[in-house]
Amino acid sequence: MSNNVVTLAYITAIVLFILSLGGLSNQETAKRGNLYGIVGMALAIGATAIGAGITNYAALVGVLIPGVLIGAVMASRVEMTAMPELVSMLHSFVGLAAVLVGIGNYLQPDPTLMGAEETIHLIEIYVGVFIGAVTFTGSVVAFGKLKAIISSKPLTLPGRHLLNIGLLVGTVALGFVFMGATGTAGLPALIGMCALAGFLGIHLVAAIGGADMPVVISMLNSYSGWAAAAAGFMLSNDLLIVTGALVGSSGAILSIIMCRAMNRSFLSVI
Amino acid sequence: MTLAIDKGSARADLPEPKPSKKIGVPKEIADGERRVAATPATVKKLQKLGFEVLIEHGAGESANFSDEAYQAEGCNIVDTATDLWAQSDVVLKVQPPQDHPNGQHEADMLGADKSLISFIWPAQNEPLVDRLKNRQATVLAIDAIPRISRAQKMDALSSMANIAGYRAVIEAANQFGRFFTGQITAAGKVPPAKVLVIGAGVAGLAAIGAAKSLGAIVRAFDTRPVVKEQVESLGAEFLELSFEEDGTGSGGYAKTMSPEFIAAEMALFAEQAKDVDIIITTALIPGKKAPLLITKETAELMKPGSVIVDMAAAQGGNCAVTKPEEVYVHEGVTIVGITDFPSRMASQASQLYGTNLCHLLSDMGGSSDFKIDFEDEAVRGALITHAGEVTWPAPRPEKPPQPAAKPAAETAASTGVEAATEEKSSIVQASILKDLAKWVGIAAAASLFLTIGLSAPASFLSHFTVFILACFVGWQVIWNVSPSLHTPLMSVTNAISGIIIIGGLLQLTGEINATTVLGAIAILVGTINISGGFLVTQRMLKMFRK
Repeated sequence: MSNNVVTLAYITAIVLFILSLGGLSNQETAKRGNLYGIVGMALAIGATAIGAGITNYAALVGVLIPGVLIGAVMASRVEMTAMPELVSMLHSFVGLAAVLVGIGNYLQPDPTLMGAEETIHLIEIYVGVFIGAVTFTGSVVAFGKLKAIISSKPLTLPGRHLLNIGLLVGTVALGFVFMGATGTAGLPALIGMCALAGFLGIHLVAAIGGADMPVVISMLNSYSGWAAAAAGFMLSNDLLIVTGALVGSSGAILSIIMCRAMNRSFLSVI
Repeated sequence: MTLAIDKGSARADLPEPKPSKKIGVPKEIADGERRVAATPATVKKLQKLGFEVLIEHGAGESANFSDEAYQAEGCNIVDTATDLWAQSDVVLKVQPPQDHPNGQHEADMLGADKSLISFIWPAQNEPLVDRLKNRQATVLAIDAIPRISRAQKMDALSSMANIAGYRAVIEAANQFGRFFTGQITAAGKVPPAKVLVIGAGVAGLAAIGAAKSLGAIVRAFDTRPVVKEQVESLGAEFLELSFEEDGTGSGGYAKTMSPEFIAAEMALFAEQAKDVDIIITTALIPGKKAPLLITKETAELMKPGSVIVDMAAAQGGNCAVTKPEEVYVHEGVTIVGITDFPSRMASQASQLYGTNLCHLLSDMGGSSDFKIDFEDEAVRGALITHAGEVTWPAPRPEKPPQPAAKPAAETAASTGVEAATEEKSSIVQASILKDLAKWVGIAAAASLFLTIGLSAPASFLSHFTVFILACFVGWQVIWNVSPSLHTPLMSVTNAISGIIIIGGLLQLTGEINATTVLGAIAILVGTINISGGFLVTQRMLKMFRK
């Protein structure tokens, strides 16, 4: 199928996603909104699968079908009260997927990229993997807290802000090592950064009390959107960029709205 | 339980393991009380619970429910109150027991092992509680049911407050000489009425909804900032003081505020009084006299023809010039001090009240397992007397949420004016800081953009354009989401963020290597997320549809 048709399918999918989010902000149109989301997603995946020169269809079907089944079983078995846990666990999957896509992409360098384009491409990978890792571990901790595996009390380590800043500095430092490496030699730095980001995610969410968990989940949701957008940049795929940005910005807004509804300052929660 | 329904017609010589309990509904004797504790519709529900229902002759008459209507549902009509009280196991009433015209006190007609459920107001009616205790009877006060979410279905205070709020607007409209809604007609333009509702509890919110749907411009004020969202979702404007103090108390009520707060509040009301046409006050603080919100001077500031409806008239009034149970004109402003709003809508009020009672009786086990469960928080809260003991107030496990605002308010009260000025200066400082932060943010964004513009290649910029536009679309689309949909929205956006698998799909090319394996795993987990997310959303939305 020609590239133009794929692009058109992407545009349709984007419009459907926007309609889906818009539909879900109102009680009457909410069900339709969900349907739009499903159709949009099916369209996007279908178009990519047919159009993007994928050769390994056996592998594709081999992972797609079990994925759908596992998700469906989890969603239909879960108790209504355990819904937030499920949602936070699903976030962790998006984070994990973002990390995997980022690393996978790094392992397959594109020889046509030169100079500034290559630098930006590396930054995109790095940022995408970073956000993905934070989302992944943060969501796992959120899941544990909601499931009461981990104590829901906020963990207040001494100098926790310093610790966070230290982790960020470490991330940036590893970033320079990563950028300086040629070929795929930066992989250890990338993996090291994953560990740092993973720890940051754990610590960020562990420091937040049980009552603020809904806001945190919504924030993680937003992060998972940014991770998708970053993946879109590195794969230069507009569909991923738009959808990621939609999810990211709407998740951020939703967190702010929820904070307001709970009469809490947004910054004091985060 | 179906057996029990048939028992009315079946003969008693059959072996009956447990005869069904009899519920008695007497005629209300309080002055002006038109409600009744069971309607033909709720009687049906009581019978389903296994009860046999006795109705005093004429009990539902003033609520437009005839004896025949009850008989059609299979109730027995009992001629006199004495017989009814003697025959029934559980008596359902609206008003607290009082002297009956037949010379007896209603409490004395209640037998020892019998139960009574009605409004009691135990805090205000100690002699009555004593009297009931001496009767050895079991008495449940529907007004003492704790306001927990599980007990909402039996919260008669809320259902009555809802009716009262609606009716208050109707009474105001009745006294008000203009349209509520604005109109442009051939005969000239009519401005919409402006309504101020003070206190956004159940009654206040009902009043806001009613006034809004009549077309008025509605403003509301409440000391509890948490209700702002509810007020705004009803389409009213929430008035705020530039003053930080949270008035949230326990059980959905407000608490008393500091003197500075009250002064600021009074100033706001005086300013609003000049502008609005109708003021409806609903402010109550449990166990205390209603707070004075509208002084005589404020009332006189209103335009002639304006209306004040004081829904707290029975508790002393929110308005200084209210005369309880009277409607009169003070300096051109009609003051409505009606105290029996729910009773003025007797059939509606009886229906809701009767349903509340059905839920309570159902929680208590219906006819076959009728019992007082001390472990049931709702029943325990409502239990006033049992087996010769006064059991009220129930021990309270939970404390009202008292955030840090309280000590702050107290210090403000004790140090007086200084504290107030200090507070003001800190607010000013905070706003300067906020401004500063805003400018720093703008400057940072501008320099970031400049750097990107100078260094990034064209291909990146085109993606970046798309990215920024999409952020804005997301922002706009979500901004007006209704609060009940936060969770489904979150789970749908989560499902959509599973779009990341497109990234994995694109890597599934060529021969098998590390990249394709990673991509395949990414697709697997991403797909779980997508199908799980959409299905969960579907399930949640189904729940909303009832």
